[in-house]
Amino acid sequence: MRTREELREVVLRVLGRIAPEADLKALGPAESLREELDIDSVDFLNFMIGLNAELGVEIPEADARKLSSLEDCISYLLSNAESR
Amino acid sequence: MSAKSAKMRTTYREAIRAAIREALLRDERVFLMGEDVGRYGGCFAVSKGLLAEFGSERIRDTPLSESAFVGAGIGAALGGMRPIVEIMTVNFSLLALDQILNNAATILHMSGGLFNIPLVIRMTTGGGRQLGAQHSHSLEGWYAHIPGIKVLTPATLEDARGMLWTALEDPDPVLIFEHGSLYNMEGEIGGDAGAVEISQAALRRPGSGVSLITYGGTLGKTLQAAEVLEADGISAEVIDLRTLRPLDTRTIIDSVTKTHRAVIIDEGWRSGSISAEITARIVENAFYELDAPVARVCSAEVPMPYAKHLEEAALPQVTAIVAAARQVMGRHG
Amino acid sequence: MPSLGADMEAGTLVEWRIRPGDGVKRGDIVALVETEKGVIEVEIFASGIVDSILASPGEKVPVGTVLATIRVEGEPAEAAAPSEKKPPEVPKPAAPAPEAPAWIAPIREARTARPLASPVARRRAEESGLDLSSVTGTGEGGIITLADVEGAPSRIEEKAKRSLATADQLTAMRRAIAAAMTRSKREIPHYYLATPIGMSRAVAWLREVNLGRPVTNRLLYSVLILRAVALALRDFPEMNGFWLDGAFKPGSGIHVGIAISLRQGGLVAPAIHDVDKKDLEELMRSILDLVNRARTGMLRSSELSDATITVSNLGEQGVETIFGIIYPPQVALVAFGALTEQPWAENGMVGARSVIMAGLSADHRASDGHRGGRFLSAIDRLLQEPEKL
Repeated sequence: MRTREELREVVLRVLGRIAPEADLKALGPAESLREELDIDSVDFLNFMIGLNAELGVEIPEADARKLSSLEDCISYLLSNAESR
Repeated sequence: MSAKSAKMRTTYREAIRAAIREALLRDERVFLMGEDVGRYGGCFAVSKGLLAEFGSERIRDTPLSESAFVGAGIGAALGGMRPIVEIMTVNFSLLALDQILNNAATILHMSGGLFNIPLVIRMTTGGGRQLGAQHSHSLEGWYAHIPGIKVLTPATLEDARGMLWTALEDPDPVLIFEHGSLYNMEGEIGGDAGAVEISQAALRRPGSGVSLITYGGTLGKTLQAAEVLEADGISAEVIDLRTLRPLDTRTIIDSVTKTHRAVIIDEGWRSGSISAEITARIVENAFYELDAPVARVCSAEVPMPYAKHLEEAALPQVTAIVAAARQVMGRHG
Repeated sequence: MPSLGADMEAGTLVEWRIRPGDGVKRGDIVALVETEKGVIEVEIFASGIVDSILASPGEKVPVGTVLATIRVEGEPAEAAAPSEKKPPEVPKPAAPAPEAPAWIAPIREARTARPLASPVARRRAEESGLDLSSVTGTGEGGIITLADVEGAPSRIEEKAKRSLATADQLTAMRRAIAAAMTRSKREIPHYYLATPIGMSRAVAWLREVNLGRPVTNRLLYSVLILRAVALALRDFPEMNGFWLDGAFKPGSGIHVGIAISLRQGGLVAPAIHDVDKKDLEELMRSILDLVNRARTGMLRSSELSDATITVSNLGEQGVETIFGIIYPPQVALVAFGALTEQPWAENGMVGARSVIMAGLSADHRASDGHRGGRFLSAIDRLLQEPEKL
């Protein structure tokens, strides 16, 4: 079972690969990823694929909107990443 | 400056003699024995004059039987004395190896810790003096293999002067290897020079680019090599091991951690040598600090030749040390 | 030095990925070249053995300059290329010491694909996040030493450097865009058409298809649009190609440039090759890969020079209708607006529908408005049967 901190690291690492120029340290926990990082639908799909590769988590399309902020991502992964 | 601490000129030979003399004066349990140590004054003239000063009870000539007089020394030590046994050369010490390994190094263990052997054995080691294959080898690395003894290799006047007393104070057997080419080494030493500690290697020259690790007879050549390297822009650190058993691994590792490169200079044969042991310890303890493979400069794996040019070619020389250091620094030509 | 765009005059060699003696095959990435579009991976156009390297990293050379020569296997080398298989050097003491017998000579491992680095260099590289394959070794036999690692910029420093360079690069990219767009508006007589396309079927079909798919196989509607444009182009070859020297030259395949905006500013339009021959899954993977590489700064030479038409999808910003400017010497650009819900009348009934506005900008020298309109209608028709795409 991964801790919040570990999941946070994974999320930031995957985001870093998609938006290397973004200042992820400045990203607030509740800020919208799409807005703050200027991420479009292709980037976002790459993000979900990245999470899948790192954590093996399968995110149904209907759940994509639950991943709108960093905090949302961590909470979602906490309840879904390990329940396979 | 007091008269006592004023510098005085001396030689390696005289420094050892002064150490023996001091021991004889300080502790009446101390005596010296060996082949020709009395009337002849020692094969290398180390004990010259001591018979006249201390008498035949304390400066004892022995028959030509290394096994017998080393055994007698062990017995004397068991009986409460503090014997200094001199063996002419390390090659001849092999005749006493049974006494040294099976008795001196082992009795404390076999007696369940009841009997210590406070024995000191001095002997000459090394080549370079055209004495042929039966008088010129460097086998101190073999002795460093044996648990239960200490192996000292004084390379400086201070250590020649100071290691003996500390060795005599030790409750267990201590072997002191005096490199034959050092007896005439001359220099200044503090008038108050005395006992030195024997548990640590010494940094003889600080440097940052490569660690040259050596002991005994090759220290001088290694320091010369460091000079040559400095002129070439390579900063070499020189470590004098001083004691081969127990080996001061800490100092070696600290140095290699700083320089990331090591060359070991050892007059012994390369295969199964103390240089191999040092290499292994570096790899065991500082593998992730290494920036180049560890290099060794050792004697050629032949019986030491008699002919001068062949003997020089067989022994580690300054040029070979410089070449090995340049190689680990990635320098060519 | 390959031409990586109509307006490129010179490029700076950043790094070699090959060394003399290496075998290469067509399509291998052999070098990195910096242009105003960023750092581009250069692919090799022939297979063989690298004979000689003629340009060094850091050198800026005009387009057309020979950077390296390769020879076909079997052909003799021009100059004696330094062989990688040279036996390891045996240390020779300068001293009169006898030559070491073979059994105590140093035994070195044969060279492997893994970069040879000293243990401390390897450890330091790991600590500073440095890729050893990007470091040139200066130690004995080319081994990477601590000094090589400490001299090399770490990934973090590199990023900082890149963002500094990005400022320069941005102005360079700005200038390149300015030159291309000015030329376009000066030379190309554009005509513009737009038509709303109903997307309800496409969206519903996508939703159903994606339901059963793992995230790695999921499709976005952009892939349907891209595929529809490519298939429509088969019947409208005059939209697919270049206007060169006063005549239309059809493209050799349907290579669709995707306009990708960069977050730091500027945009690139790298091509996906043979879009009409790829299925949706393959196409989707290409889009994901291309967008990610464009935005993290590593495109390939063929991607930058081969596009025969451009598709722009600014819809995500919420814009409804777009009339783009053609990227010369191409002759058409199709731009899609936002996917929105609109009141839609059909068969006398008004209902809510997903709608997207398709806008065509085309070169009037190569085609006319009539054909342009039919082209847009063809795209529309294709999007009504998403299952056939």
